Amino acid sequence: MSLSPDFSLLLYEGRGSQPLDPERRFALCAALLDRGYSLSRAGLGARLAPGQKALIVLGEFDRGQAPDLEDADGAIALSACDITGLDPAAVTDLVERRRGDRPMNQPGLWKPWFPVIDYSRCTNCMQCLSFCLFDVYGVSKEGKLQVQNNDNCKTNCPACSRVCPEVAIMFPKYSSGPINGEPVSDSDIKREKMKVDISALLGGDLYARLRERSDEAKSRFSQERDASKALAERKKCLAKLMAEGMIPADVLASLPSPDEIQRRAAAAAARAEAALADAPLP
Amino acid sequence: MSAPRLLYCRCAYAQVLPQEVKDGVLRHLCSAAQPFESVADLCEMSARRDPRLAELASSDLKIIACHPRAVKWLFHAANAPLPESTEIVNLRSLSTAEACQLLPPPA
Repeated sequence: MSLSPDFSLLLYEGRGSQPLDPERRFALCAALLDRGYSLSRAGLGARLAPGQKALIVLGEFDRGQAPDLEDADGAIALSACDITGLDPAAVTDLVERRRGDRPMNQPGLWKPWFPVIDYSRCTNCMQCLSFCLFDVYGVSKEGKLQVQNNDNCKTNCPACSRVCPEVAIMFPKYSSGPINGEPVSDSDIKREKMKVDISALLGGDLYARLRERSDEAKSRFSQERDASKALAERKKCLAKLMAEGMIPADVLASLPSPDEIQRRAAAAAARAEAALADAPLP
Repeated sequence: MSAPRLLYCRCAYAQVLPQEVKDGVLRHLCSAAQPFESVADLCEMSARRDPRLAELASSDLKIIACHPRAVKWLFHAANAPLPESTEIVNLRSLSTAEACQLLPPPA
């Protein structure tokens, strides 16, 4: 889940404060960044981004006295903390207390995992939209492919990037290129061109196979078909994807039922088709 | 012409940058005279369309992060397109020494 902090941290070393020793400055910055905070190192003239409602100013202030700060416009809550003599862990705790219940994400509790589209490569073919079963993708009013539901994306699953014939989908947290954003090489393009046909990539159309297997199951086991058999069926069909490292096991386990997969796939394909009809490629 | 504003990404939400490189570069920044901006994770900010990205993209920037293609489109995804002139130092491909050569020298 994405939570938006509405405050900033400023490590102040301007007039009325002591400059920090470089190694102490490093230790403080590293500790705060690793806890998920962003901060500016500045003297006078720091800038605040729009939407920020609070600024916490850290510094080794003269006589160990943090100044009283006030925003002349009253729009931003300013507070200063004297950090003289505090180690990085103590400074981080101090910031945590000052933050109070203001929301923010934290490293280790959530991973920003979502597709990032390289529009210099994307041809709007909609294969990713058709492929994704979790409604991550959508189409803009102008008929352009968009990532619309980041939070629906399954962490560590880069499967949609593998079906993109143009190598246009990146996952910056992925381990290797070109999915992680490395430059796309000629060999990458050749390799991806071989996978334009999703059916070939999957060793047969995944959804068709699911339908076939579902029909077979209905005719052969209609009397005894139950949820556990449907689950086994689903896993069998998708095991190939997992074996090839295309879908992590936990994502596989979280896939919906075969019937739901069919429904979603049909809906996604219809959306992709409609988008392509409304906005034909140039 | 003034020096570009420096923006350092810690990639705190995943360990895809070598620890020694991101520590070495941050230590270098902390020993230089020039102020800098540092963020816990550009991916995390892009994921929630943080308005700070637009503010950052509006200035002359040198970004110290990962692959330039990823950084460019992360900003774009947050409705904060970077100017073409933005320089991106890639901590996923450079050594600490190579990256630091592209940054202001220690004070």
